[in-house]
Amino acid sequence: MIEIDEELCKGCGICVDFCPLKVFETSDKINSRGYYPPLPVKEKDCVGCRLCELLCPEFSIIIINE
Amino acid sequence: MAEDADRKEVAEKRRHRLFKYLRKEVLPTAFCPGCGCGIVLNCYAHAVDELQLDPNDIVAVTGIGCSSWIPSPYFLGDTLHTTHGRPIPFATGVKVMQPDKTVVVIAGDGDLIGIGGNHLIHAARRNIDIKVFLVNNLIYGMTGGQLAPTTPLGISTTTSPHGNVEHPFEIAELVAAAGASYVARWTTYHVFPLMESMQKALTKKGFCFLEIRSQCPISYGRRVGQRTGSEALQEYKESSVRIEDAAEMSPEELEGKIIIGKLIEREKEEFTGNLRKLNVELRTKKTGRSPEEWSLS
Repeated sequence: MIEIDEELCKGCGICVDFCPLKVFETSDKINSRGYYPPLPVKEKDCVGCRLCELLCPEFSIIIINE
Repeated sequence: MAEDADRKEVAEKRRHRLFKYLRKEVLPTAFCPGCGCGIVLNCYAHAVDELQLDPNDIVAVTGIGCSSWIPSPYFLGDTLHTTHGRPIPFATGVKVMQPDKTVVVIAGDGDLIGIGGNHLIHAARRNIDIKVFLVNNLIYGMTGGQLAPTTPLGISTTTSPHGNVEHPFEIAELVAAAGASYVARWTTYHVFPLMESMQKALTKKGFCFLEIRSQCPISYGRRVGQRTGSEALQEYKESSVRIEDAAEMSPEELEGKIIIGKLIEREKEEFTGNLRKLNVELRTKKTGRSPEEWSLS
């Protein structure tokens, strides 16, 4: 499962562009610093490859594999 | 609702596992959105976590520049934030006096190649047991995008407004030729091999060098049409060639490509061990007492 700390996000969009299964979409709500964090719209598709977790420059995404 | 609370708790635990290596009071980082330094920090924290290293056994030495912020202040451990270009001499001193510590240098191309280029070559020649992670963003990013010794031919920068006329350094090849034990090159797109390479470097004896090609969307990217981190990563994904495949390609085909992979791995005598051996030998000869009988005075 995908946990996003929206307050750490800077809205660079790397997770949105590079997820192999296109799980993320950019949210239309801004966080307290004015960035658009990602939204895991297709979380059911996630296979837990952890690419987004490692590519995130801000430690904003944590993947938990049960 | 209960499920939600459970989920938060598990995430908090997992986050805590990673955050024990970070100074979380300084997060979020001061890096620009989409900067590669955050990705390198992320991979480094994951590599240390996978190896289960005690952060107290790691001494991180760093210089001046954006990428020097990776260990200091973000990585929780002993840190030396030194003068411009001199992290390797400081790291040499630390390693000679504290041979049990893992000494890691994380700095940028302007710092390690531009200002402190000679230190890098000589540390590789001595094969001293320090781990150097060079974050190469091809420009002096922090000061506003001046020409670095790694900037490719023809790129216009703040100090070369009509295009760069100098050839860039092929730094990984240079360090491999200078005598390092382990040399590899990756980009910030190749996070899993980069993490494995970092683990390899942290556990291997001798001078280990990783060149990490990283993006700078603000100072470099806007001059070459990579205005976001994603655009630069896409470029890395498309223009990277594995070193095994590159061996069969002609120089024309390799024009503008990034050769990734392990360049060299070899076993070689290491500097601090040799120095200690000599020290013990001479001191035993002079005092007539074995090392067990030495007192601190």
